[in-house]
Amino acid sequence: MRLEVKKTYKLFIGGKFPRSESGRVYKVNDHKGEFLANVAKASRKDSRDAVVAARAAQSGWAGATAYNRGQILYRIAEMLEGRREQFVEEIRALTGKTDKQANLEVDQAIDSFVWHAGWTDKIESVAGNMNPVAGPFFNISTNQPTGVVAAFAPQETALVGLVNTIAPAIVSGNTIVIVSSEQLPLPASTFAEVLETSDLPGGVVNILTGNAAELGSWLASHLDVNAVDLEGTSNAAELEMLAAENLKRVIRPGSYSRQSATGSLQHILDLMELKTVWHPKGH
Amino acid sequence: MFEYAPAPESKDLVKFQDSYGHFIGGKFTKPSATYQTINPATEQYLAAISHGTAKDVDAAVKAARNAYEKTWSKLDGATRGKYLYRIARIIQERARELAVAETLNNGKPIKETRDVDIPLVASWFFYYAGWADKLDYAGLGPNPAAHGVAAQIVPWNFPLMMLAWKIAPALAAGNTVVLKPAETTPLTALLFAEICQQAELPDGVVNIVTGFGDTGAMLVDHKDVNKVAFTGSTDVGRLIAKQIAGTNKKATLELGGKAANIVFEDAALDQAVEGIVTGIFFNQGHVCCAGSRLLVQESVQDVLLKKLKRRMETIRLGDPMDKNTDIGAINSKAQLTKIEKLVKQGVKEGGERWAPNCPMPKNGFWFAPTLITGVSPANTVAREEIFGPVLSVMTFRTPAEAVAKANNSPYGLSAGIWTEKGSRILKLADQLNAGVVWANTYNQFDPASPFGGFKESGYGREGGRHGLLSYLKGAN
Amino acid sequence: MPIIDPEAIVGSRITNQSLSRWLHSLPGVDKVGLEARAAALSTRSIKTTSKAWALDMAISMMDLTTLEGADTKERVRSLCLKALTPDPDDLTTPQPAAICVYGDMVKHAKEALGKGKIQVAAVATAFPSGRASLAVKLLDTKDAVNAGADEIDMVIDRGAFLSGQYLEVYKLIQAVKKACERKDGSHAHLKVILETGELETYDNIRRASYLAMLAGADFIKTSTGKVSVNATLPTTLLMLEAVRDWYDETKIQIGVKPAGGIRTSKDAIKYLVVVKEIAGEKWLTPKYFRFGASSLLNDVLMQRQKLSTGHYSGRDYVSVD
Repeated sequence: MRLEVKKTYKLFIGGKFPRSESGRVYKVNDHKGEFLANVAKASRKDSRDAVVAARAAQSGWAGATAYNRGQILYRIAEMLEGRREQFVEEIRALTGKTDKQANLEVDQAIDSFVWHAGWTDKIESVAGNMNPVAGPFFNISTNQPTGVVAAFAPQETALVGLVNTIAPAIVSGNTIVIVSSEQLPLPASTFAEVLETSDLPGGVVNILTGNAAELGSWLASHLDVNAVDLEGTSNAAELEMLAAENLKRVIRPGSYSRQSATGSLQHILDLMELKTVWHPKGH
Repeated sequence: MFEYAPAPESKDLVKFQDSYGHFIGGKFTKPSATYQTINPATEQYLAAISHGTAKDVDAAVKAARNAYEKTWSKLDGATRGKYLYRIARIIQERARELAVAETLNNGKPIKETRDVDIPLVASWFFYYAGWADKLDYAGLGPNPAAHGVAAQIVPWNFPLMMLAWKIAPALAAGNTVVLKPAETTPLTALLFAEICQQAELPDGVVNIVTGFGDTGAMLVDHKDVNKVAFTGSTDVGRLIAKQIAGTNKKATLELGGKAANIVFEDAALDQAVEGIVTGIFFNQGHVCCAGSRLLVQESVQDVLLKKLKRRMETIRLGDPMDKNTDIGAINSKAQLTKIEKLVKQGVKEGGERWAPNCPMPKNGFWFAPTLITGVSPANTVAREEIFGPVLSVMTFRTPAEAVAKANNSPYGLSAGIWTEKGSRILKLADQLNAGVVWANTYNQFDPASPFGGFKESGYGREGGRHGLLSYLKGAN
Repeated sequence: MPIIDPEAIVGSRITNQSLSRWLHSLPGVDKVGLEARAAALSTRSIKTTSKAWALDMAISMMDLTTLEGADTKERVRSLCLKALTPDPDDLTTPQPAAICVYGDMVKHAKEALGKGKIQVAAVATAFPSGRASLAVKLLDTKDAVNAGADEIDMVIDRGAFLSGQYLEVYKLIQAVKKACERKDGSHAHLKVILETGELETYDNIRRASYLAMLAGADFIKTSTGKVSVNATLPTTLLMLEAVRDWYDETKIQIGVKPAGGIRTSKDAIKYLVVVKEIAGEKWLTPKYFRFGASSLLNDVLMQRQKLSTGHYSGRDYVSVD
């Protein structure tokens, strides 16, 4: 009988897989209560490092062409499709879902990335425009990514909620630090491996496994974070208060469904800023 | 002396069949009524191509209708999108082979097919793949409907690229298509049919019927076609518009042009020279939006022409399969004859002709990059589309004069503006009657950017959200 | 050798104002267009005989450089011996044009090189920053010239340039040119480093090129190699346009030297393509085009070896210098 090589579940920061700087792990059990794995438990310093990595990667990611970002998001979908079995296995172990249900969740995650991939070079055609001002001026409104987003994946799903929190942020050129579901973290780490093999530049997505409540206040109050998505938090009001310090853009829990194969354009736009430019017209 | 040694791309990257039938209902038919397609750089025979008859056209339209009713209209947008993504990926995988095929059949340099044509083909499919499940955002309200069956006719100057501009949005919007490539350049369309098979595209969604102008006319005329999309000459576009008058068929027409490339005295001159060269010599000038009229501000005419002539001396004309070739062959004897005739006319009417010393290969169809200076707006070469590497040069004194001269044409496809002054660019962009205005650049194409003309350059747009509208009901 | 008359070129007496007007009347440079042209020329495919020619020409155009605080007599000597015999297994290999060192290393280089064709270039004028008094910068130059330097690579005052003090930049170059004169009437050949990475915009680089040429530069050089952005293909292309247009106007031919960041044969060949297609064959000689490089030589030697043996070479088959 061959003894299998078990996987180690670490954090994903700046394109690399470090353990928590605190050295802590927490036990994750399957849906029957049996031990599954010791998963890295992210600390406030990890969250600080993740924000640094996200900021460092942001201007490069936003500066890539929309076409290029779309290619990478599509590649993420390709890699997800190829790793289907591993995700199905992890989802089933953690949640007790049937094979059919777990595969459906993976389908939704993949298709959501395909849906988002197609938006990169279309957002501006739909949400940007010329403005007919009353004067000899060229006037145009364009949308640009807000910068670094701190997010908390829904607690109830292992994969599809995570994907539907990451994709709307990065499609437009934001970078993200996301805390995964505490009880269902394994697919988040495996998803980090998918990202790493998809030509996604390091630091664009940073994934922290651990406790949202512990990390929430540090991320929500961080002055170098531009927006915060509070979906997976249980103390959203308190975090929104902290976020108000530097007027972060806030997405409250329940704003968007995160359980399907498509997202929402409004969700994408919530993490963008509108810029309007004037220029005179004259010989 | 730094001479560039021959740097040939390998012909072995592509293998053509001896003969091709049409691609109808997911399969290739038996070749029949064949004619030869050649390599215009060598006049060598490449393959036998079928000349589509009324029966062939009918079979193709039936297959498209069948596929529309039974399969394609029943699929959700996300699935249509995934087929288009597959096609885009396969094009990227087979990019080199497709570039070689296009160069051999069209005569344009491998450097262009490799760096411009084929990448744009892939990106066009990628872009429209992403629209297939987002039609609610096209601007026509929720759930806009497709037309049904689209008849598409593409020209010989950018064979596969024009195919992509037609098929990608049509399929994304939910239509099925019958496409007729130009008679001199059918091969990449036939390779594309193979790609549709590799992508497992449902039978009949894409059909390719090869042949001549008569085949195209029969296709446009077919009773069961809902939408016509044509890129080609204004003369044929006019015929099509007349053909469909009074019917329920919608049409988009991408026709000819005689674009003005306007250079002001404060232009970044060295980059303006590049823009002029790209504008008229890229693709041997076989470009509808070519900057074929240079309007240069009189005060900088001498300095600009000196730079331009020096630049033209470095243009490399020759074997399109050599990676260092800048200008390839003229696509056909017929086109070459037309160019020569118009240039002679230009000289007769008082223009001065200049071309750098270009050694030309013995076989094939060739024309050196040529300037005709001292042209005035009344001259033939100022008004008629030459569709070759020939630049007619005129001057102007003030911006208002430049606008008047630029707009003085039945065409209105594109225009170029070269100046460092932003407000002048934006004002001129307002005033120029052209569907595409390039400022401090030229011949830029992107699937996200709508392209199409005013006036006799046609109507409808390709590229961008607007390009999608052409294939949905509720838009014109 | 024609002599320029700066006042005739500028159109009036040389003052800060007249220089400013003259420089700002030059045509602008569109960044996107310039970079697209450089990228297009990068796709030229240089193979077989033309590649062999280009590799040899690249070596013969090199200013083999060592500019480290830790340089010593032995270090410099070792580099000079490498220049004299770049590939001991293939004596058909050409020699570089020059060795480039700090002023106080000139005497060691002269001694190691002996009497031959390889020139000794010295950096001067408080290289690389240029931040010192005029007196110190001129003394720096004179010391190197007296030690036997054949060429001087000076730096312009970027602070002065960026704050519009064009006259000061001009006067420094003229003063250094004078300091290059020798008692016997000859003069050390002057390269003027613009430090294009600090000038940032192409408009600035065009203006700095013209200012340097007006002031008497024999060569305009991109960079010290000591900052984060050194030579780039578009920058060098722009400078080649400047020397080409200058020749048209004055019949004076000035050279161009890109320095720093050119590490591979592939890169070097791209530069030669740009020289040929922008300025022309007249510039395809070490007299009018140089590469400021150090690790480039070994890469070119390995490429040369591949062309003659037919297989890829490795680091063990070229000497450390």
